[in-house]
Amino acid sequence: MTTYIIRRLLLVPLLLFGVSVLIFGMLQFLQPIERAALYTRDVPKNDNMIPGIIKRYCLDCPMYVQYWNWLVGTKNPISGAREGGILFGDFGWSKTTSQPVIKLIERRFPNTLDLTIWAVIPVIIPGIWLGVQAAVHHNGVIDQVARIFSIVGTSVPIFVFGLLALLFFYANLQWFPPGRLSDTYSQVISSSQFNHYTSLLTIDALLNGRFDVFLDALRHMILPILTLSYISWATFVRVTRGSMLETLRQEYVVTARAKGLPERNVIYQHARPNAMLPVVTLAGVQVVGLLAGVIITETVFDYPGIGSAAAQASAQLDVITVLGLAMFNGLILIVANLVVDVLYAVVDPRVRLA
Amino acid sequence: MTIQTPTADNELLGKAVATRKISRLERFLGPDNYRILLGLLKTPASITGTILITFFVLLALAAPILAPPLNPNDPYKIPRDGFRAQPQPMGTEWRSRPPELPFWWKAVTGKDEWVHIFGTAQGQYDIYYGVIWGARTAFKTGLIVVFTTLLLGIVVGSTSAFYGGWVDNVLMRIVDILYVLPSLMATLILAAVLTPVIGRSLLPAMIALIAFGWMSYARIIRGDILSVRERDYVMAARVIGVKDSRILFRHILPNAIFPTLVLASLDIGTVTISFAALSFLGIGTEVGYADWGQILAFARNWITSLDTYWYIIAWPAITLVLFVMSWNLVGDALRDVLDPRLRGKI
Repeated sequence: MTTYIIRRLLLVPLLLFGVSVLIFGMLQFLQPIERAALYTRDVPKNDNMIPGIIKRYCLDCPMYVQYWNWLVGTKNPISGAREGGILFGDFGWSKTTSQPVIKLIERRFPNTLDLTIWAVIPVIIPGIWLGVQAAVHHNGVIDQVARIFSIVGTSVPIFVFGLLALLFFYANLQWFPPGRLSDTYSQVISSSQFNHYTSLLTIDALLNGRFDVFLDALRHMILPILTLSYISWATFVRVTRGSMLETLRQEYVVTARAKGLPERNVIYQHARPNAMLPVVTLAGVQVVGLLAGVIITETVFDYPGIGSAAAQASAQLDVITVLGLAMFNGLILIVANLVVDVLYAVVDPRVRLA
Repeated sequence: MTIQTPTADNELLGKAVATRKISRLERFLGPDNYRILLGLLKTPASITGTILITFFVLLALAAPILAPPLNPNDPYKIPRDGFRAQPQPMGTEWRSRPPELPFWWKAVTGKDEWVHIFGTAQGQYDIYYGVIWGARTAFKTGLIVVFTTLLLGIVVGSTSAFYGGWVDNVLMRIVDILYVLPSLMATLILAAVLTPVIGRSLLPAMIALIAFGWMSYARIIRGDILSVRERDYVMAARVIGVKDSRILFRHILPNAIFPTLVLASLDIGTVTISFAALSFLGIGTEVGYADWGQILAFARNWITSLDTYWYIIAWPAITLVLFVMSWNLVGDALRDVLDPRLRGKI
């Protein structure tokens, strides 16, 4: 396992370099003067000043110089302060939201994290359960239902499902509104009595003892969670069912049955743990995907997370903001995927003992 | 002297070798393709899928008859009936500048006026027109994107597998890097970067989908080639001294890529969803372009009153879902047919 983990760790710097080059490459589609927003907020409108700005931030220098500046920033000749530099968390100035990109991330990311935490269990568990049942009752009623569900599920795009959910549960029934919080509670959390310990809204609400705020926040998250879950159930059912069917055909399952173990034991103790290996990978990928900001779900439900921020910025063609968010997402995903892969190695005996 | 035909008794041979009648169609298509055809027509699900795909092909072909364009040179522009914001209900008559009345309309309904069959969206875009011509957009984008990604995947995957060594290593690490960002995020940012450069059209979204779509094909092809390469017949070809290029193109590739080719064509459904998602988010085409995601995006401004304006969602959504589902249904059946573990059982 040690060699596996070392190998996997060696991949990290490569991925970091690769993704940064990818994002940097996309930045090259901008005019040099537009790239100035990476370093400073006041890009002059006056044409005479443009050459000065380009020269100062070295925006038409050779690629490797620009890349280096983009990574570590440049020094302001007057104040000596650092300007730009993604390694120091400065992703540039977001024109459309009038704030540094990192401030936008700070405001939006906790919301995405909050949603992710609440969505993990509904996203993963029901799909796996249905998949196992479908495989155990192969070609039975549950199997047919699961099969139809997974085909229909993968055929309904997220935004269609989201819009339909809004049509029924919001426009029609008025149960679950879009957004983050109702207006009255938005005032509560911006008041000085409400302490922001973790900046995760649901947890802060509980820590402040405001159960009403907690419930209202949850009420706004139910439809996004439902949407995220339904789309991943289809995938989980398909993968779990396939893997479980494969496992049930193995010889040790026949052996277990032959020696007279009850069917429950055969399925849940012998077959299921081994069938779960590809499912664990999938679960990792799905949860990491949630963390990266689920662009469409957040947009449909007007949820102020990092995904909807990326969608808004790209609809307004604010490239600096979009690429800043993408770079941040890339960093999170590389780390999260590393964690998932290492956990996977711990779970899978074939890797653990190798 | 008369020519005698051999009259040997083949009864024993016939018993030893199970013979079956081979139809002319099977002879024409070859056993593999014939099996695929059978798979398509076997279960109710796959038959539904095949019928639906045929229906959409006809719909796309007949678009100019079903919904005559206002300007035949620019048929993908949804015609507008004024500029008011309020969506109009289904069956409202055209007020200003209706397009040409289709010839079947009077025969079917007995009316002389062209109406908004599915109502209008905000800005008086005709939903019916968008749904019909959207089918053409879906086929166009789907086919081009899938074909190009597949080609790229085959080139990269077979290069990687054939040369191996550092070439393989470099190419596969590039694949790893491109996989870091989730596909929608990646296509979104690339499309957003490209739009100011090449202008609003189908192109930015299509290029983005291609740029971040080929990796899975490359991986699959690479894996398939690596396993086919070890087969006996490849070894046999090598032993008798066949050239490397001929081995790759005549012996390995045809055997390795056939399943991928068929399965790839079914990714048209997935590509359609991704494309619709991008235009739903407002990336790519200009406002009023006939594509399904765009019409659905119109509904976003009317979320509080969706129970009145349900038709903005309903029609494009039903069409999009049926389109994608038809590919998924056929895909599901084909996956069973092509799965080597199930071969011979179907």
